[in-house]
Amino acid sequence: MTALLRIERFSVRYGRLLAVNDVSLEAHAGEVTAVIGPNGAGKTSLVNAIMGLIPFEGSLAFPAWPAAARSIEARIRARISLVPETRDLFGPMSVLDNLRLGAFALRSEVGFDMASRLTGVFKLFPRLAERREQRADTLSGGERQMLALGRALMLRPSFLMLDEPSLGLAPLIVAEMFRIIQRLKNDGVSILLIEQNARAALRISDRAYVLENGAVHLAGGASEIAADPRIIDAYLGGSMTAADDGRQRLSGRR
Amino acid sequence: MNTDVALILLQDGLVSGAVYVLLATALVLVFSVTRVVFVPQGDLVAFTALTLSAFEAGQPPGTVWILIVAAAIALALDVIEAVRLRDRLHATRSLLRFGLVPTVIVMAALFLVPKTAPLAWKMAVSAALIACLGPLIYRIVFQPLAAASPLVLLIAAVAAHLGLSSIGLHVFGAEGVRTEGFSGAPFALFGMIVTPQAVGVLASSVTVVTALYVFFRFSLRGRALLAAAHNRRGAEIVGISTVAAGRTVFLLTGIAAAISGLLIGPTTTLYYDSGFLLGLKGFVGAIVGGMAVYPLAAAGALLVGTVEAFASFWASAYRDVIVFLVIIPVLFWRSVSTVAPEDGLE
Repeated sequence: MTALLRIERFSVRYGRLLAVNDVSLEAHAGEVTAVIGPNGAGKTSLVNAIMGLIPFEGSLAFPAWPAAARSIEARIRARISLVPETRDLFGPMSVLDNLRLGAFALRSEVGFDMASRLTGVFKLFPRLAERREQRADTLSGGERQMLALGRALMLRPSFLMLDEPSLGLAPLIVAEMFRIIQRLKNDGVSILLIEQNARAALRISDRAYVLENGAVHLAGGASEIAADPRIIDAYLGGSMTAADDGRQRLSGRR
Repeated sequence: MNTDVALILLQDGLVSGAVYVLLATALVLVFSVTRVVFVPQGDLVAFTALTLSAFEAGQPPGTVWILIVAAAIALALDVIEAVRLRDRLHATRSLLRFGLVPTVIVMAALFLVPKTAPLAWKMAVSAALIACLGPLIYRIVFQPLAAASPLVLLIAAVAAHLGLSSIGLHVFGAEGVRTEGFSGAPFALFGMIVTPQAVGVLASSVTVVTALYVFFRFSLRGRALLAAAHNRRGAEIVGISTVAAGRTVFLLTGIAAAISGLLIGPTTTLYYDSGFLLGLKGFVGAIVGGMAVYPLAAAGALLVGTVEAFASFWASAYRDVIVFLVIIPVLFWRSVSTVAPEDGLE
């Protein structure tokens, strides 16, 4: 197993607030690595820092692409891509423009073919092809998430970080989203999946980390984590309220 | 007033309006990408005319010294940053961008523009000197403030204007200049006497604005500049650098200012400090378009030019007062007809 991403003693601070506290984590080639945990656990700060959007302390390495850790541009050139929690689409621009800009960094590479990349994304999301001339800010929530993912896929990423891809989506669309993630995995894309929807995330993951209050609370194989009674109690409980109660219990024990 | 006079005034108005259209377009452009109200735009316009006039007199223009000092400061800032980041590529790019390019332009201005050189060459070198100042101003004044609020950026822009106009007095002196323009005999068109200057100004302005439109509408690079304006984070994750976007848009505004200066130089006497009023007129046009809508900004700029022409016929002493009074009903109309966009959504 080769590690694509390795972070050690990794922390993110906002002034005096410690959002990510001394986290160590690895993501391996060909795998889906899940990071689950409640709201405010530091999951988004973690991926944003890994992408190079915010400063961090500790060590960060992409062993397969040593230069990638230098800057965001270097990560993009190494085909490391992020779909942020906030989507961050270019609202007043068309779907097509949003997708084309997804490959902006590659435009001068030898053999770069915009059309075949667009075709690839449209094959995965026929809905986006129908709406290609529509402004991004007039899309529905699900379509926006598809566009955000499509824009990241324009890079043909080898390592893809997805921050809460199911957030705020209707159940049917969530299922569709996870089907697509599974398909990307089958195509050989290595994925770091940040999710609150622990059940669905663990089902398609190989390895999982449970983040609480900025620190790793549990780590291991996805199936072990899914079988851990504390996790069943806290995250995989029958109803939302049960999950919420469990979450409080878990935090209280800290 | 008879129809003939009205037609002449209208023509005058459209000609100066065409220059204000360029200024307004550049102001909206800079504002939409960087949130900077680029007050020194007008100074660059005036400096272009002063530069060209120095070439016509066979002297090295003061712009050369401004460029040397500005490039030295920008280069120092950028190289220090590169050393701090230990980024060799960054250092090489800085040397090219803020070292080599300004050096070449300065050398051309000092040694390759004899008094007998053709006007087009003098114009080209003047434009290159001014266009080069755009990215330098961005690097020195605005890039370090990229995360600041629009108010802070505005204050910095005013400071840059005050700085530039006092430097202007120092290097150009207090003399006013009028430069050469499109020459040739006036001709009749639909019963109206038209000068080649008027046709040249209108054609140039339309060409530049169309070129900008095509660039921003159809090229991936142009779309990327706008994307940086729409969503900073989104731009970063697809590899669009907001710093590069700022630098590019300041280069474009420098070019627009230089062309405006070449167009307006022959029609009015320009002093080192004439720029502010010119910029302000472009600004009125831009405000009509809410600093966002290009066609409205262009219409506003044409309105400013026309009102100015008629005002100088009826009450020449109050010309500028009348022009700026026009903005009040326009602002009133805009404030009741538009919904303010929510602030701080990033």
